[in-house]
Amino acid sequence: MNAAFATVRRYAGIYAALIRYSLIHEMQFKANFLLWILVEGLWFGLQIAFMTVLYGHTDSIAGWSRWEVVLLVGCNQFIQQIFHMLFVTNLSNLSELIRKGTLDLLFLQPVNTRFLISVKKFEIGNIANALMGLAVVGYALAKLHRVPSVAQWMGFVVVCVAGLAIHYSLMFLLACIAFWTVRAQGIVWGYYNLFNIARLPADAFPRGAYRAVFTWVLPMLLVSNVPAKLLADRLGSPWELMPLIGMAVVCFVASELFWRLSLRHYTSASS
Amino acid sequence: MGKYLHVFGLGIQNTLVYRVNFLFRAAFGLIPLAGTLFLWKSIYAGKEPGAVLGGYTLVQMISYYLLVTLVDAVTAVAEDDWQIAADIKDGQVSQFLLKPMDYLTYRLCLYGSGRAVYTTMALIPVSVFIVFQRENFVLPSDAATLSLALASIVMAGILQFFIAYMVALLAFWVLDVSTFIFIQFAFEYIASGHLFPLDILPAALQKVVLLTPYPYLLYFPVGVYLGQIHGEALWRGIGMQAGWILMAYLGARWMWSRGLRTYTAVGG
Repeated sequence: MNAAFATVRRYAGIYAALIRYSLIHEMQFKANFLLWILVEGLWFGLQIAFMTVLYGHTDSIAGWSRWEVVLLVGCNQFIQQIFHMLFVTNLSNLSELIRKGTLDLLFLQPVNTRFLISVKKFEIGNIANALMGLAVVGYALAKLHRVPSVAQWMGFVVVCVAGLAIHYSLMFLLACIAFWTVRAQGIVWGYYNLFNIARLPADAFPRGAYRAVFTWVLPMLLVSNVPAKLLADRLGSPWELMPLIGMAVVCFVASELFWRLSLRHYTSASS
Repeated sequence: MGKYLHVFGLGIQNTLVYRVNFLFRAAFGLIPLAGTLFLWKSIYAGKEPGAVLGGYTLVQMISYYLLVTLVDAVTAVAEDDWQIAADIKDGQVSQFLLKPMDYLTYRLCLYGSGRAVYTTMALIPVSVFIVFQRENFVLPSDAATLSLALASIVMAGILQFFIAYMVALLAFWVLDVSTFIFIQFAFEYIASGHLFPLDILPAALQKVVLLTPYPYLLYFPVGVYLGQIHGEALWRGIGMQAGWILMAYLGARWMWSRGLRTYTAVGG
């Protein structure tokens, strides 16, 4: 028990140092930093504008009202931005680490390599955008006259973590393909396409192959839908949380297995 | 003229390396497209059969998105803007100042060759997708409509290139153009009609958007194909498209000559 505690403390210390380093690096380019917050905010505004325009022509999409969909878009933004803050830059950088052979250096560190690859750079700017998402969630809830209970908020935190775990595991898995193909800049772009469907209400999709794949293989239709349904009190029973949490565990295990398989395939590019 | 044909040929050879990449890119792009189509189907399902939204029946709406995907494959700027910015940053532009070759024309040839290869590869997954949606895909009413639509797609491509070229030329003045590329793209994404046909916007807003160059990149050529835009509106649109091309061309030339004054030829 004590040993486990010591390990957690050690990794927390390392993470704190990495965050501090990222901050110092980021503050060298302040204008660029602010512009990126603007870019992300603009895209978020665009998604809400799209939904607003749609609801100018209809009152309900697959049983979802206007503000329920705004709530969904807000939840999606929140999870996506936290994901960006923690992981996206790092994971999209993996192919470069492999191509240049910089990965060798990380293997030699006395720390778990997957940990280092995943969290090396911390994108502070995305906090602002995550908060924007949260603000929209709050506004939509007010419009719906909904006040979620403490238990629902706690559940919200749990399902957001599960959603993050799914995004992280799937993108990590995709990034590991670079061990075979080396050049894999298309990966980030490919993942953006998946993001795009996460913010749509799952009920709009007819039962069939598409919905099954994006629920049970690449669970994009769970990651933002379940948190939004939880806050909007649209869940039939708490059991509806289980597919999301179950898929989070499955995706994480799958990514770890694939990572180990990929490592066996690694041939250093340097030296 | 011959030398630019040569550039075009070289561009084809260079981009052929990425053909599998292009194939995957186009195929992955179908995932959100299918999502959007499901969303619209579910909206129309909530209305009486044969309902018309913003002047579109369900079949026309789906055709709109399929055509946007096609036109986007033909005209979208892929790596060109990043490469132009990198040429300026790395000082590669210097060699064009010494050669009897015009950088804008050179880039336009490379853009054309890149699009030719991309379109060829993208047609494979996109046409399979369209076959699955064939009952929702309308064909142009007559040959005249089709040829006008094709002409306006070519013009859209040229306009798209000039816009991207101008944004990339900002590299003469700023360190990192990527934020500007993304900001420009965000406006383009909504105002060009990529996200939805502009007809579903409130009328006043639609009028304003139609004055910007963006609708002439996607919304207009697609509208011409579908027959949504006809008669006087069609000729006015063609005029607007040509006008914006001229403006963008002059703007691009002006920016280039201004930019060269601040150019420092980094890296010799």
